Amino acid sequence: MNWSKVWIAYITIVRKEVTRFTRIWQQTLIPPVITTSLYFVIFGNLIGPRIGEMEGHRYIDFIVPGLILMSVITNSYANVSSSFFSSKFQRSIEEIQVSPTPNYIILLGYITGGMARGILVGLVVTLVSVFFSSLTVHNIFVLFSVILLTALLFSLGGFMNGLFARKFDDISIIPTFVLTPLTYLGGVFYSIKLLPEFWQGVSHANPILYMINAFRYGFLGITDINLLASYLIIFGFTAALYLVNLNLLNRGYGIRT
Amino acid sequence: MTTALSIENLEKVYANGLRALKGISLEVAEGDFFALLGKNGAGKSTAIGVVSSLINKTAGTVKIFGIDIDHNFPLAKSFLGVVPQEINFSVFETPFQIVTNQAGYYGINKKTAGKRAESFLTQLGLWEKRNEISRELSGGMKRRLMIARALVHNPRLLILDEPTAGVDIEIRRSMWEFISKINEQGTTIILTTHYLEEAESLCRNVAIIDEGEVVEDTNIKELLSRLRRETYILDLYRSMNEIPQFDRGHWKLIDPNTLEVDISKEQGINGIFNQLNQKGIRIQSMRNKTNRLEQLFLDTVDRSETDTELTS
Repeated sequence: MNWSKVWIAYITIVRKEVTRFTRIWQQTLIPPVITTSLYFVIFGNLIGPRIGEMEGHRYIDFIVPGLILMSVITNSYANVSSSFFSSKFQRSIEEIQVSPTPNYIILLGYITGGMARGILVGLVVTLVSVFFSSLTVHNIFVLFSVILLTALLFSLGGFMNGLFARKFDDISIIPTFVLTPLTYLGGVFYSIKLLPEFWQGVSHANPILYMINAFRYGFLGITDINLLASYLIIFGFTAALYLVNLNLLNRGYGIRT
Repeated sequence: MTTALSIENLEKVYANGLRALKGISLEVAEGDFFALLGKNGAGKSTAIGVVSSLINKTAGTVKIFGIDIDHNFPLAKSFLGVVPQEINFSVFETPFQIVTNQAGYYGINKKTAGKRAESFLTQLGLWEKRNEISRELSGGMKRRLMIARALVHNPRLLILDEPTAGVDIEIRRSMWEFISKINEQGTTIILTTHYLEEAESLCRNVAIIDEGEVVEDTNIKELLSRLRRETYILDLYRSMNEIPQFDRGHWKLIDPNTLEVDISKEQGINGIFNQLNQKGIRIQSMRNKTNRLEQLFLDTVDRSETDTELTS
């Protein structure tokens, strides 16, 4: 396939993915907005004033970046894992498999779809947050780069989950038992400086901590983590997941017998 | 003549140890209408799966129009259209989306894809349903939709894995007509089917796979010429209670209005009519009891099983 054909194949997968999650917007776009709005109301407006300031900022302003990124993480991941697994389950993945579309385009197409949903949800959550907080932008480059890279990373994670999944239960195990705890313990609701030294050390093993802190830096200009370390962690995981996924696809893992 | 599909010593051993293909070799010439027959589990779908990249082969070579799938699978796949045995599209998409998306995977731009989708959906009687959710389509419509999808990139080789399974006879006939037309236009077709009259009326060459091996690979006329006996059903004008004594053939009275006769090929049909005339029996209609290819298929598979038993 020449480059123009490869591009058409890529756009076709992306369009199909975007059409899928926008067709079921009641399931994909509305629930995360409701959930994060509840966080804003409960932790920001009701409990937040009693907590006071965190790192020199109102509590609601402190947690908003983490909540936005949390919605990006969960939606990017869920979109790709559920969509790819559904394609396997319905065997509609065979439509692409029998075609000359290269494997890297299949991978890029699905993860672009995941990123689109993650970023769209993140955008809507950001708009809702305006009603509850007084967010300012400290560094727009950091904001955009972190949100894009995080959506990319977790789309790749969702793709791997979709490849390994054999039944629908398998696509909810990782989000429930791994992603949610890591996100909650990744500094969405607190600064790790509040933790005892030992637990601060343990927290550094959590990659989501780096993303949330970098994203918070983009809004508030504060971070518990060195920004360069954050980017290195995100790039490292992204590159590793991309290569592993591509290798699995080339071997036909989970899609060819 | 160009070879559309060449398979050499193809083997497939599944993870559970099942040897689905035991080194099969096949050649399908360009423009051919080729039947791939075999019982359930014989290895037909596995062979098709390997050719269409849905199944990893264990050993052997597959070439599509001379392109080795181990060397340039994307190019080889661009020549290929596949209609699988089971429904394999997203049932939440519309027929138009399914066909145009498939075109997109082959790098066909949206405008051309839309035109081709309209053409094939119209030819297959699905244009009126183009914007309906595919889940709502009948079984026959879903099968026709898969044919439209497989043709949208104008493949040179079309593989049809039981395309008419579960389809009523009227739609089956119209699908035969459509597929024949596609073949006449130059597309090579490989057909697997359990309806042997389908293979007999459509295909020129045939291979029979049994337990992962090719037990027959010839043209259909040659295969049919090997049939030594045929059984006919005769509907009588006047009922009778017992069979008169006939000189030749094996006769049976099915019911007072129906006779069955089993004759060898050498005896010929004229011999039957001579005997019936001599006895003053008038015939209203006559038909083959079994499809001829069906009889040969059963004979071939039975022979292959007997050989296996003897050697093991």
